[in-house]
Amino acid sequence: MNQIATPTFEWMPLAPVLAVLLAACVGVVVEALVPRAYRFVSQLGVVALGLLAALGLLIVNYFAHSSGIMAMGSISLDGPTYLMWGSLLVFGLLSMMVFAERTLNNGASAFAASAASVPGSVAEAEATAARHEHTEVFPLALFSLSGMMVFVSATDLITAFVALEVMSLPLYLLSGMARRRRLLSQEAALKYFLLGALSSAFFLFGMALMYGYAGSFDYRAIDAAVLAPTYGHGLLLVGTGLMAVGLLFKIGAVPFHNWVPDVYVGSPTPVTSFMAICTKLAAVGATARFFFVALGADRWSWQPMIAVIAVLTMIVGVVLAMSQTDIKRLLAYSSVSHAGFILVAVVGATVATANDPASSVASILFYLLAYGFATVGAFAIVTMVRNSAGEAHDIDSWSGIGRSNPVIGAVFALLMLSFAGIPLTGGFIGKWEVFASAWEGGYAWLVVVAVMASLVAAYVYLKVVVRMFFAESAEGVSVAKASLLTLVPIGVGAVATLYLGLFPGPVLDLMTASSVFLR
Amino acid sequence: MTIPWLTLLGLVPLVGAIALMLPIKELARYLGMFFALLTLVVGVVVAALYVNGASLGIQVPWMPTFGAWWALNLDGMGLMMVLLTVVLVPVVLLAEWKLTSPGRWTPQVFVGLVLLLESLSIYTFLASDVLLFYLFFEATLIPLYFLIGGFGGPQRAAAALKFLLFSLAGGLVMLVSVIGLFVWSARLLGKPSYLLTDLIGVAMPTDVARWLMVGFLVAFIVKAPMVPVHTWLPTATEQSTPGTSVLLVGILDKIGTFGMIKFCLGLFPEASQWAAPVMVILALISIIYGALAAIGSSDLLRLVAYTSVSHFGFMVLGIYTFTSAGISGSIFYMLNHGFSTAALFLVVGFLISRRGSAKVAEFGGVEKVTPVLAGFFLVAGLSGLALPGLSSFVSEFMVLAGAWSRTPWVAAVAVIGTVLAAVYIMRVYQRTMTGPATEATVKHFTVDATAREKWVVVPLVTVILLLGFVPSLALNVIEPTTRTTMSQIGVTDPVAPLGEEGK
Repeated sequence: MNQIATPTFEWMPLAPVLAVLLAACVGVVVEALVPRAYRFVSQLGVVALGLLAALGLLIVNYFAHSSGIMAMGSISLDGPTYLMWGSLLVFGLLSMMVFAERTLNNGASAFAASAASVPGSVAEAEATAARHEHTEVFPLALFSLSGMMVFVSATDLITAFVALEVMSLPLYLLSGMARRRRLLSQEAALKYFLLGALSSAFFLFGMALMYGYAGSFDYRAIDAAVLAPTYGHGLLLVGTGLMAVGLLFKIGAVPFHNWVPDVYVGSPTPVTSFMAICTKLAAVGATARFFFVALGADRWSWQPMIAVIAVLTMIVGVVLAMSQTDIKRLLAYSSVSHAGFILVAVVGATVATANDPASSVASILFYLLAYGFATVGAFAIVTMVRNSAGEAHDIDSWSGIGRSNPVIGAVFALLMLSFAGIPLTGGFIGKWEVFASAWEGGYAWLVVVAVMASLVAAYVYLKVVVRMFFAESAEGVSVAKASLLTLVPIGVGAVATLYLGLFPGPVLDLMTASSVFLR
Repeated sequence: MTIPWLTLLGLVPLVGAIALMLPIKELARYLGMFFALLTLVVGVVVAALYVNGASLGIQVPWMPTFGAWWALNLDGMGLMMVLLTVVLVPVVLLAEWKLTSPGRWTPQVFVGLVLLLESLSIYTFLASDVLLFYLFFEATLIPLYFLIGGFGGPQRAAAALKFLLFSLAGGLVMLVSVIGLFVWSARLLGKPSYLLTDLIGVAMPTDVARWLMVGFLVAFIVKAPMVPVHTWLPTATEQSTPGTSVLLVGILDKIGTFGMIKFCLGLFPEASQWAAPVMVILALISIIYGALAAIGSSDLLRLVAYTSVSHFGFMVLGIYTFTSAGISGSIFYMLNHGFSTAALFLVVGFLISRRGSAKVAEFGGVEKVTPVLAGFFLVAGLSGLALPGLSSFVSEFMVLAGAWSRTPWVAAVAVIGTVLAAVYIMRVYQRTMTGPATEATVKHFTVDATAREKWVVVPLVTVILLLGFVPSLALNVIEPTTRTTMSQIGVTDPVAPLGEEGK
C-alpha cells in the first residue's frame, strides 16, 4: 500500500529564500494598505529589510555548515548554492537601489506613471500629472529574485520549471513599464513574453522526454538512469536538446539570443540591469547544475553541442556589438558574448582536484561575479547620462563625457576594460580562469577561439572609451546629478571590479573550495 | 626588518601618480619631477645593492592555490632595463615641461600617466612570475593608450587605438600560452605554478613547448616592432608627443626583446632554437626594411620610428645567434638604444616645437641659425648610426660579431643595415641642418637651445659617451644574465677554427 509521506521542509536552511518571498508578499500587502504617499518609502524599507535579512540568514547558515538535499529532494543547499544565493542577493539589492532612483527624473522613477494606460492617452497624462508611480515594481522584482534563488538550487525538474516561471513572469511585466519610449517598452515586453513562453514550452517538452527516459524528475535519478539506461540514448539526446533550448534562451546564447537586444533596449534601464545580471546568473547556475549533476555521465554527448553554441555565441555577440550605435544595444550584445565566454567553462566540465584547482563551476561563478559588478555599474551610469528627452543612448552623444566628467568617465572606462578582460580588473581574472578550466577539460581549441573573440570584444569596448575621452563633446548631453541610490551601486561596482582584479586570491579560493555540486 | 626594495621601487611612482590626482594644477610638474627623481634615487640604491650582491628577490602569496605569486627578482638584464626607465622618466618630464594641453587634457594628467606607466613598467621588468608579468605587461597599455590618445597630433585617437589593438592582439595570443603554462605545469609539476624558478628546466613535450613558445613570441614580436607587425609604431610616434615616443620606443618596446630572452629562451630553450632560423630572417628583414623606410621618410618622427625598427632587428638578431657576444650585445643594445633614441626623439621634439611641423622638407639650414640645437641633433643621430666612441657602436659590433661566429652570411647582410644607417642619418642632417638658412627657418628658429633643453640632452649624451668608452660598466652586470641564459639553452659559443689566420 502506498503511503503518502509527510512533507518535510527544512525551515532554517531555506530561510533566505523564504525571507525574500515573505518580503515580496509584504510588499503586496503594502500596496493594498499603505496610503500612496508612504508606499515608496515603505517598499524601500521592505526590500532592504528582506534582502539584508536573507543575506544575514545565508551567512548564519554558511557558518553553521548546513547543507544537504532539502525540501523532499527538490532543493540542494551546497557550495555553489551558497555562492549563487549570495551573489543574487547582493546584485538584487544593488539593482533595486537603482530601481528606487528618483533624483534623475525630476522626482519620478524610471517606471511609467500608469503602465496600464495607453501611451499618449489622457489617462496617462493624468497619472503623470498626479505624480503616480508603480511601487509594485519592488514586490515584482522580489518575486522574480526568489524564483531565481530556487532555480539555481533546484534538483528536480518540476521545481526548476516552477522556479523558471516565477522568475520570468514578473520580468515580462517589469520590462513593459518604462516611463519614456513606452511603445518600445511594451513591444519589448510582448516579445520577451512570447519568446519566453515558447522557450518554456520547449523546456517542458524536454522535461517530458527526460521523464520518459529516466522515469523520474529527480536529477540524481536521471544521473542513475544515464549510468544504467533502460531506454535508448535517442530519448535522452532529444530531451537534452529541448531542455537546452529553454535554458540557453534564458542565458541569451546564440541562436536563441534574438530577444536580448530588443528587450534590453526597451526595458527601463534599472530592469535591464537586473535582467542582465540576475537572470543570467540564475540561468547559468541552473544550466550548470542540470548538465553537471543530471547529465554529468553523458557529457560526451552534450559537450560538443555546447562547444558549438559557445563559439557561435561569442562570435555573433562580439561581431554584432561592433556595429551598434546605441549603448544599451551594445551592452546587450556584449551580454550575449559574455554568455558565450561562460559557456566555454561549461564545456570544460572540469572539477577541481588537489593537484589542479581549475574548476568549471568556480570559474563560472567568478566570471559572473566580475561581470555582475561591471554590469551593475555600467547600467547605473547609463541612467545618468541624459539629454532633454531622458537617457541618451546614442553612443555619439556620449562623446566627451570622459572629459567633462572625469570621475564618471574613468569609472565607466574601468568597467569597459573589465568587460574587455584587460588585466588589473576582475574581468581579466574571470576570463583567465574560464579559459584555464576549458583547457583543462581538453578544449584548448575553444580557448584559442575565445581569445580571438576577446580581441574583437576589446575593440568594441575601447571604441566607447575613445568616444568618451577623445571625441568632441556632444550638444545637450550631460551627466545628471544622481542620489546615493545610483552612486552607491556605481561605487560598489568600480571598487569590486578593481578588488577582484588585484586581490582575487581569497575569492577564488572560496569559490574553488565550494565549487562541488551536491549529488 | 628588511626593506622590500623591489616593491618599493615600483611603489614610489605609483604613489606619485595617485598624489597627482589631487587638484594641484601648477604644482603638478614639480610634484611629478620630485617623484621621478625619488624613483631614480631608489633605483640607484637598488643597483648598488645588486652590484654588492644583496639578495633582493621577494615572493609573497598572491593566488597561492593557483600558483601565482607576487614574486619580484632582479638580474643583470632587469637591472639595465630598470635603470633605463628611472633615468628616462625624469628626462622626459623635463623635456615635456612646456607641454600645451589640448582641451581638458592638462599637463597634470600627462605627468600622472607617465608616473603610472613608470611604475607598471618597472614591475614588468622585475616580475619573476609569469602571470604577474603578463598582468603588468598588459596593464602598461592603458596609461600608454591615454598618453598617445590624449596628447599630440590631430589623428592621435586613431593612432592610439591602432597601437592598442596591435598590442592587445599580441597580448591575447600570449594569454593562450599563459593559460597553457598553467595547465601543463599542473600536469608536470603536480601543482600549477607560474614561478619562473619552478618552470625553468621543466621538460615539456616538444610540440607543447613549441606551441606555447610561439604564443609568447607573437606578443614579443608585436611589442618589439618587427616587420611585418611594426606598422603601429610609425603611426603612434607621428601622432604622440616626443616624450611619449621616448617612453614607448625607449622603454616599453624593450619588453619585447626582454621577454624573448627571459621567457622564450628561458622557458622553452629547445623551441627557441627551433624558431631561430625564422627569427633571424625576420630580424634581417627588419634591419634592412626599417633602414630603407627611414631613408624614405618625409616626417622626422616617422623617420626615428623606422630607425628603431631597424635597431630592434639588430637586438633580435643578437638574441637568436645564441652566442655570448650576441646576447650580451643585444642586452647592451637595449640599453643604448633607449638613450640614443630618447636623445633623437627629444631633440626632434625641440625642432618641431620651434618650426611647428615635423616635415623634413620644411627645415633647412638650421645649423646656421641655432648651432647648438643642430649639434645636439648631430650627436644624437651619430649615436643612432653607431659611431665608434659612442655606446651603440659597442653593442652593434658585439651583435655582428656574434652573428659572424654562427653564420657569417647573416652578419654580412646585417652590416648593410649599418651602412644604410649612415645614409639615413647623414641625409636627414644634410637636408634639415646644412645649406643656406631658409626664410621659414630664420623666422621660426629665433632661440637656440634653452637651459632646460640643454639639461635634457646633456645627461643623455654623457651616458652615451660614458658607456661608449667604458662599456664594461654595463657589460659586467649583463654578463651573468648572458651566462645563465646560455646555460639554460644549453649551447656554447662556437669555437673559431684554428689555423685559418693568414691563409
